Order: sequence, then structure tokens, then C-alpha cells
Amino acid sequence: MLKINDLVVSYGKVEALKGISLEVEEGKIVTLIGANGAGKSTTLKSIVGLAKPQSGTITYNGKNLLLEDTKNMVRSGITLVPEGRRVFPNLTVLENLKIGAYCRKDAKAIKDDLEWVYSLFPKLKDRSWQQAGTLSGGEQQMLAVGRALMSRPKLLMMDEPSLGLAPLIVKELFNIIKEIHKQGMTILLIEQNAFAALKIADIAYVLETGNITLKGTGQELLTNEEVKKAYLGESTHA
Amino acid sequence: MKRRNIILTSISILLLLVFIFVADSSFDAYKVRILNLCAIYTVLGLSMNLINGFTGLFSLGHAGFMAVGAYTTALLTMSAATKQQNFFLAPILPPLDRLNAPFLVALLVGGLLSAFVALLIGAPVLRLKGDYLAIATLGFSEIIRIVFTNTQRITNGALGLKAIPSTTNLWWSYGAAAFTVVIMALLISSSYGKAFKAIREDEIAAESMGINLFKHKVLSFVIGAFFAGVGGGLLGSLMGTIDPQMFKFAFTFNILLIIVLGGMGSITGTVIAAFIISSAGELLRFLDQSINLGFVVIPGISGLRMVVFSALLMVVVLFFRNGLMGTNEFSWDKVIGLLQRRPLIKRRLGQ
Repeated sequence: MLKINDLVVSYGKVEALKGISLEVEEGKIVTLIGANGAGKSTTLKSIVGLAKPQSGTITYNGKNLLLEDTKNMVRSGITLVPEGRRVFPNLTVLENLKIGAYCRKDAKAIKDDLEWVYSLFPKLKDRSWQQAGTLSGGEQQMLAVGRALMSRPKLLMMDEPSLGLAPLIVKELFNIIKEIHKQGMTILLIEQNAFAALKIADIAYVLETGNITLKGTGQELLTNEEVKKAYLGESTHA
Repeated sequence: MKRRNIILTSISILLLLVFIFVADSSFDAYKVRILNLCAIYTVLGLSMNLINGFTGLFSLGHAGFMAVGAYTTALLTMSAATKQQNFFLAPILPPLDRLNAPFLVALLVGGLLSAFVALLIGAPVLRLKGDYLAIATLGFSEIIRIVFTNTQRITNGALGLKAIPSTTNLWWSYGAAAFTVVIMALLISSSYGKAFKAIREDEIAAESMGINLFKHKVLSFVIGAFFAGVGGGLLGSLMGTIDPQMFKFAFTFNILLIIVLGGMGSITGTVIAAFIISSAGELLRFLDQSINLGFVVIPGISGLRMVVFSALLMVVVLFFRNGLMGTNEFSWDKVIGLLQRRPLIKRRLGQ
């Protein structure tokens, strides 16, 4: 579905990505984990056209994505849940969700999707009249995901959804992500919370200072000694 | 529920029409003028609120748009003879001397020209954000004023235009105000309105929802400028005389005061505040005269009433950030809910 080949991005003289290649297959959860400054966000930015790569290709269903304008991404089926939630604080939950469906014209399907999002996040339904800024962090993140789902994406990209959330909420959120995936959504998940991300991922990539150093299924990486040491905070058993 | 609201709305419109009819036929000229100003300031306030309140663009170029509209309307409605009297220093530029149009056409042309100017400056300027946008638009409005001061053969320069036919009456100004309110309400509840609000709230999130930032910003700017132009045209015709000095920054500030007091992002708030500010400007005139408190006489200081507005603005900014209405709008359901003293939230949940 989405294919990145030998992508190089630099900010001035600093190379943020030094030629990474990865693939997101349709119907899979692919996760990209890595520490701060590894280049995770840069990868996302290049996909949606906010960062201009020096070389390399990004293709989406055979189409060259580098030629596409950022504002047309949603129409071509790629929606990003931006880092740090970024809900519209002074608008109600319902208004937030409706803006998510901004690019769609099919009123009936939008209404069905609203019900679908409410069924995934029952809390949002209870609070549909509340201003989004008054929700808790976890609820705001759920709203951000729900809002992205309202655009009916084919590929849902999430930038650190677990950022600043309590462990219990993270667990709840990831269960919902899994549920969304079960219903057929392709997901590209970018995370620092390696443990949570690897547990639900089909395919996982480890990004280190601009290079992809490891690739495998989520399970494989969970048990990989290197990953354990670097990201899961467990000491290797001698 | 729905039917009751329609009936109530119809009754209010009828009452307003009756009021305008009575005011038009029996009020003295002073009161009629204040009422006219209220309606015109409503148009101007709404046009600025669309840009600043709903779309969140901090624009201070409103006086410039009003000037374009006012001059266009004036030049199109003045007769050839009046124009000749006005332009005694240098003759008016040829096609303009015979150009004439009915008031409605002149207003619309004024609005459209103002919108066109907004399109021209909006394209480069709307790439800026926040304070930078404010400075750029403020500069634009000053440039318009200086250009108008120096184009002697088009605008009659610093002398201004006098004896503009006074077509503006209560029907015109309230008609324009009602038209603006309806258009704004429709616009805000449309998908464009949603996009405007999303841009105001968070540009990055709005963009990631597929909203074209630039297109919507320009659209809001241009529509706002159109109504500012219409408001300027009405004002010129009401005053009977305009000159570049009128369209200084202080004028923009007056409109800004209205939208801040009423609530950035509320149509209802703007209407209420427009009436408060424009009538208070007259009601507080006693402050400019010397005041006899019995034991001491305070000598008259002209302009003292403006201090009240400044103080008011400070109080609003410090303690009532959201203004009178915040981003809320008037609705019959809310009013009746308030009268019945039932919290709104309960009715929403339990009906």
C-alpha cells in the first residue's frame, strides 16, 4: 500500500533520515519505534509532504506521493493523527468529529460513521456537547483518533498516541487501535512506547538515528535482546 | 418545538419592522441617526468578526476596506454637478465625472471593489500569522488612506467628498444589517464556517483534516472585506461627507472594541455590542461637558467619554476574556430554558 524506498531527508546540514526503506501492507498494523531524534516524525512529515526529501521515493498504491500536495492527502485516503492530540479546544466534541469528515460529501455515510466512532469510544458520545478542551488527556486522544476516523481513511497514521497518557489509558487506547485494525483499517503507528506498540504490531521497524536497524514481526522484536535492552528497559538475562 | 421558534422569530421580525416604521416616521433626526449608526456598526462589526473572531486572523486593516467602499459608493451616487463643485482644485478623472449608479448598485460595487482589494493584498499577507499579520494589515489600511489623500483627481485628496446624497435611512441600514446577519449565520453553519473555526482553533490539525488553509483564509478575508465595503458605503451616505482622516486606525479600533466586547466568534454578541457602543458614544456625551457636582465643578474635557471605552476594553480583556457572549449564539430554546430555569444540559440529555 505504502512503500518508502531509500528516503533521505535533511534539515540544513543535518541528515535526519539516512536512506530508510519500509513498507506498509494493506490490512496490517505497522509500527515504527525509536528514541527521540531517531527520525520517526520526519518520516511521517515526509509522507504527508511537510518535509521535502533529498532523495528516495514514497509511493502509495503505485502513485508517487512526493508530488502530492499536503492538503490532498486526506482525499487520497491518508489521515494523520497529529502528535500531541491537537483537538479543536473551543469546539464541541461533535463539531470536532464533523470537521474530521470535512472532505466528504455523503451525509448518510457520515452519520453512520459517527455512530461507529461513538461505538468505539462510548465516552465521546456522553460528552458530545462538551468543549473538547475540557476533556481529559486520554479522552482528547480518543477524540483525535475518532476525528481522524471520520475521514474514512484507507491508511491511518498515528504520531505517538500514547504521549503523556497514564499506562491504563494507553492500554485502553491500544485495545481500541487493535479493534479498529480488526475492522480492516491499515495503520502506521509511530511510538516511543515500544512495548505497547510491539504488542499489537504485525510488522515493526526500529529506527535509530536515521537508519532502520531492525525489522521483524511485533512478537519477534518483543523477544529480541537488543530491543529489550534499548527500549523495553529490561536487563538481558545472562 | 420547531414551530414555536418560527412563530417567535416571525413576531420579533414584525416587531422590528413596526419599530423601524415608527422610528422612521416620528423620531427626531438625532435619534434616527444613532439608530442608523447602530445598524451600520453591526454590519462593520460582523464583517470584522468573520475575519478576526471566526477565522482567527488578527487583521487590523478594516478602515482601509471601509474607505474603499465609502469612496466608491460616494463617487457612484454623487451627481455630475456635485462632483464638479467638489473637485475645484483639480478636475475629476474623466470617466468618473459622469459615472452614476443607483444606491444599491453603488453599495454592491463598493463592496465588490473592497473585496477585490482584499483578494490582492490577502494573497501575500495571509501567509503571515498573528502579530505579523496584524502589522501588515494595519500598514495596508494606512497605505490606502495615504493613497486616497494623494489621488487628488480621483478622491479629491485631503479635501474629501462633500454633499454625498444622503440615501441611507433606517430601512437601508437595517436592511443591510439583517442581510449581513443572515448571510453570516448561513456561512458560519455551512461547511465553510466549520473550516473557518477549525483554522482558528488549530491550523495544523485543520490541515491534517484536509482543510485548505490558504483558500479558506482568503475567502474569509474577502467576504469580510465585502461587508466592510458595504458598511463604509452606508456610513458615507449617512454622514454626507467623507475624507481620508476619517479612516484612521482609530476607526478600526472602534470596530475591534465592538467584537471584543461582544465576543470574538459570536454573531449575537457583535449585534448587541454594536448597539451598546454606538449608542454609548452618544449617551456619554455629558462627560465631555463640564459637570456640576454641587460642591465642585469639573471643567469639560472633550474626549473624556473615549476614556470610558478604553477602560471598558481593559476591563473586558482582564476579566471577561470571552466578551458578552463568548462564542455562544442566541436561540429561542436557550432563552426559554433560562426563563424556565432548567439547566440546558438536562434538556439535552433527557429532553
